[in-house]
Amino acid sequence: MAIEEKLRRTMMFVPGNNPAMVKDAGIFGADSIMFDLEDAVSLSEKDAARYLVYEALKTVDYGRSELVVRINGLDTPFYHNDIKAMVKAGIDVIRLPKVETADMIRNLEKLVVEAEIEFGREVGTTHLMAAIESARGVVNANEIAQASKRMIGIALSAEDYTTDMKTHRYPDGQELLYARNVILHAARAAGIAAFDTVFTNLNDEAGFKRETELIHQLGFDGKSLINPRQIDLVNQVYQPLKKEIITAQNVIAAIEDAKQKGSGVISMNGQMVDRPVVLRAERVMRLAKANNLVDEEGNYIEK
Amino acid sequence: MEIKKTAIAGTLESSDVQIMLTQGTDGIVFDLVSDVAKQFDDAIKQTINQVLSEYGIQNVIVKVVDKGALDMVIKARTVAVVQRALDTVGEPKWEVL
Repeated sequence: MAIEEKLRRTMMFVPGNNPAMVKDAGIFGADSIMFDLEDAVSLSEKDAARYLVYEALKTVDYGRSELVVRINGLDTPFYHNDIKAMVKAGIDVIRLPKVETADMIRNLEKLVVEAEIEFGREVGTTHLMAAIESARGVVNANEIAQASKRMIGIALSAEDYTTDMKTHRYPDGQELLYARNVILHAARAAGIAAFDTVFTNLNDEAGFKRETELIHQLGFDGKSLINPRQIDLVNQVYQPLKKEIITAQNVIAAIEDAKQKGSGVISMNGQMVDRPVVLRAERVMRLAKANNLVDEEGNYIEK
Repeated sequence: MEIKKTAIAGTLESSDVQIMLTQGTDGIVFDLVSDVAKQFDDAIKQTINQVLSEYGIQNVIVKVVDKGALDMVIKARTVAVVQRALDTVGEPKWEVL
């Protein structure tokens, strides 16, 4: 369920066992920071990574970034202790990899509740998200997205997914079209965020931009990133145009005007402003603020 | 409490610390190498000692190679190496964290 409408354009992956990266993860301005205890950590270092991320969460100030941790999967011996440690540390969101069924989320939620009680955290404060990495996960995306009130989003993870589909990633992304749309619809129907997959070729900036423009057009909240260099590029794609900002300002002014007149109907330039228009205007203003295109009062800053 | 086996945690990368514990009989004995030893060796030892005492470890040889780790990294690595040396990797002692 939509707990609060937050900007989640960029979710930066940080390898959980790398102290230099873990301590500096907050300086790049990512909307979300995702500490990885799973694929970025070798089997022999799972314990060490868990303690490192725990201590970092307890001591480092990550500013306004939302803090996410990707724990090890349900079928691993690290699953239970990862959950306990991260709940104890007070993580914002636990991201479960390789989710295929709603039951996997319900299982996770049960353990999170137990940990919240054990460590004296307020029950319900740890949010969840699911990574969809297989055909089965895509087929069940709808139930997964609605499996728990704690869910804040679902993400596509394309490397495993394309392998499962007996294909691989292509530059034009045709192989992901169905999965992207399914995940996006499941997210929107549940009122949660949709995250696109990572783009791994750091040298192909044009390809990264093309893919980001595509997922922006589709309606994704944002993208998972493997390198801080990618943050600015995503934010640029999500940055509203001056024209859109001015329209949004007019819509918001029209709402104020209608409120003062005590009128239930809002009109702008003689046309009715309905709810979707208002929601879009509010989102444009949030994006404009995040990109420093408007000042505190919402006035456009000429560059 | 005595450790059960020699264990190591952490790496030699920048901002990390590598800690090795081996069985000892003569209290807690440090062998510390750090670029910042002059300024910080007491702080490093204190962090490690704190964790060792919370696990009740009294006799151990602690070899430390510090690469400029923050205190929180030193603590995390110490917890990891102690759990490994006690052979309790699967059962973290939550109250120490």
